[in-house]
Amino acid sequence: MTIDMSQFYQVFFDEADELLAEMEKLLLNIDLDAPDDEDLNAIFRAAHSIKGGAATFGFTDITELTHVLESLLDRIRKHEMTLTGEHVDAFLSAKDVLDMLMGGHRHGTAVDVAAVQTLSARLHGLSEGKAAAAPAPAAPAAAASPEADASGNFHLRIELPAVSAKDVDALAGELGLMGTLSRDILPDGRAAFTLVTSETAETIVAICAFVLDPDALRITDARAAAPAASSPVPASASSLHDTAVPPAAGSQAAAAPAARPAEESKNHGRRATDKEAGESSSIRVSVEKVDQLINLVGELVITQAMIEQRIATLDPIQHERLLNSASQLSRNTRDLQEAVMSIRMMPMDYVFSRFPRMVRDLAGKLGKKIEFVTKGAATELDKGLIERIVDPLTHLVRNSVDHGIEMPEKRRAAGKNEAGKLTLSAAHQGGNIVIEVSDDGGGLDRERILAKAKQNGLPVSDAMPDSEVWQLIFAPGFSTAEIVTDVSGRGVGMDVVKRNITAMGGVVDIRSVPGSGTTISISLPLTLAILDGMLVKVGDEIYILPLGYVIESLQPAPVDVKEISGQGRVVKVREEYLPLIPLYQIFAIDPKSKEPSEGILVILESEGKKAALLVDGLVGQQQVVVKNLESNFRKVAGISGATILGDGGVSLILDVAALLRSSRQLNADSLCF
Amino acid sequence: MLTLSDQPRTQNTTDADEGTEYLAFTLGREEYGIDILRVQEIRGYEPVTRIANAPAFIKGVVNLRGIIVPVVDMRIKLRLGEATYDQFTVVIILNIAGRIVGMVVDSVSDVTTLKPQQMRPAPEVGSAFDNEYLVGLGDLGSRMLILVDIEKLMLSADMGLVEKLAA
Repeated sequence: MTIDMSQFYQVFFDEADELLAEMEKLLLNIDLDAPDDEDLNAIFRAAHSIKGGAATFGFTDITELTHVLESLLDRIRKHEMTLTGEHVDAFLSAKDVLDMLMGGHRHGTAVDVAAVQTLSARLHGLSEGKAAAAPAPAAPAAAASPEADASGNFHLRIELPAVSAKDVDALAGELGLMGTLSRDILPDGRAAFTLVTSETAETIVAICAFVLDPDALRITDARAAAPAASSPVPASASSLHDTAVPPAAGSQAAAAPAARPAEESKNHGRRATDKEAGESSSIRVSVEKVDQLINLVGELVITQAMIEQRIATLDPIQHERLLNSASQLSRNTRDLQEAVMSIRMMPMDYVFSRFPRMVRDLAGKLGKKIEFVTKGAATELDKGLIERIVDPLTHLVRNSVDHGIEMPEKRRAAGKNEAGKLTLSAAHQGGNIVIEVSDDGGGLDRERILAKAKQNGLPVSDAMPDSEVWQLIFAPGFSTAEIVTDVSGRGVGMDVVKRNITAMGGVVDIRSVPGSGTTISISLPLTLAILDGMLVKVGDEIYILPLGYVIESLQPAPVDVKEISGQGRVVKVREEYLPLIPLYQIFAIDPKSKEPSEGILVILESEGKKAALLVDGLVGQQQVVVKNLESNFRKVAGISGATILGDGGVSLILDVAALLRSSRQLNADSLCF
Repeated sequence: MLTLSDQPRTQNTTDADEGTEYLAFTLGREEYGIDILRVQEIRGYEPVTRIANAPAFIKGVVNLRGIIVPVVDMRIKLRLGEATYDQFTVVIILNIAGRIVGMVVDSVSDVTTLKPQQMRPAPEVGSAFDNEYLVGLGDLGSRMLILVDIEKLMLSADMGLVEKLAA
């Protein structure tokens, strides 16, 4: 499987653009006499980040240049060198050159290689402390371009590389058409022209390009070289013109400044159009702004619910128009909310795409053969969650490669394909996203896990069901790996994985069959901020059930409710016996009625388990903004959060997964405070 | 979070000459004082949303301008006075180490400045508070304030308001 890195290019370019702009701003504001360490560090970091990004994407030229820049900056920020105006100039032109290189990669615009070399040599020179030796203000392209005289004519001196006399004659003929041409011979036998023309240097380069390499052509302002204009002067090239070029840079570099204006203007034209096309595709906004927007929309949703509640009592005929407007408002609010929430959504591909390489490298290291498959990479998840899922997922994938999939010989002996298959998948399931890491390896070794658990002093028995045994691997310090490798096996990690996922409101589940593989499945809520809730009433209290867990609600017939001695009650729903969870009992509420047939049963499903929750009645359905109970209080068993209802009161959101988990042990301590 | 708790005390000592301001409130027949800098606002009692299986002194949570705030009733916690709720019941909203907590008391009397010379060490026995949460006693002539380190108290495991720190 190959990764299409180009999808990330845009991110890098956007980021680099920002960093460059930031760097320029800092450079321009810097106080040479007393440079602020923080600023220098910020500039250094910007260069460093660009270097890192460029290296990742294989933009070697950018990497090389930023590396030089970075080492110089590093010396300055460590005060091994004092910052001078020269440095700042060099950094600014470095910024320009980086911009140009970036343009090259981004829009395929021409890149002036010579300018890069010049700059890099200059930065090198500066970092070696030979600041004075390096030629003065560098040569931003425009400075070196010849200037027109009063009559609008350019006095250009054109030095040709070594070409045949026939070509020189042909060129002289062509150029002669453009203005007054005089011709002389340089000491080393090359030809040179002095041309007074209204045409610009670009045009001349374009003409010369038919017969010779434009890079080797050197065009300078003849008036700057006035004393030498009429007669050949030895070494005029380096002493009189174009101070920007260090002598060492050679003739190719020497040609650059002149050639650059041409390319620059070309770049500009093209970049402008490309930018217009690119800018509409994405903008970078800080997460804070998005979160603020989400919060505001959350408040709007509450207000809207409040209005809805207030007008519900109005006479529908008398207030028809008001009610219509209100229902439109609620529709708009919902759309707005969805749109805002989608800003935070990112495809799982963002996470998945980093694994193929990792798996490949690991497999190579371990001598295993692995076929890596991803499914559902387009599934979207909240940005905050996506960033937090990376580490746990990385760990799980590493584990599967290291422990899950066997060595090729072993697989062959077991009659399996030599290459193991590792699948990473993501899919929506109700209000959740389910991410699975599955391998077709050896599966978990029940006996070994149990033995290890006993050795670690964990309370285990041989009669434990598989699912509970598998959960043991999440205990801290648990590793059954025979050899500790640098890949995994130290036993730190699985407990961290579990903890991280639980902290995100997720659940980890393991399915494993000896000999045919292990699947670790992570179930996460799609977003943490807003959920669709069903309001249920017990006694005087209103609780909220996340709608994603609700399958249906019904009023049972008394005959369908059966007592199981010592186990509580079950209810028969569509030929299925479901455990009955009386909410009043769990939360010690005084209900209207304790009889299931007089109340309402809400059938809930979580992690493949179903149960019937007994409540007094249903109040309604609405979107609620999830507020954290823990920010000022503590975690409450059976409660996942709180929200503010239309009347301004607080209502608690039930933790359905926890309720169902403990449904078998209703009276267990787990739900006590 | 806990490092923050040192701040008020150092501030108290630097302000020592002018004294420290305490908010005085009553619980039953006892009068207490807490550092005014920990008090965010004082409100009337509003109906709370009960938290299931919580100790009785944790009344529940209320909506304070969009923030969910737990409310504790010190009268129940300390078994002082009658826990009645009417239009005169007062909730002191505290801001402690970035967390907001509401505290129900019988009444709020005033804000008093206590100079160092008015401060007395807390006796070994006496109030309903565990000694470790007492700062001292404030002598106001006819009145005596029991000065409480409200921050330490609210963050204590005793109150059960905060998740236990790394067990």
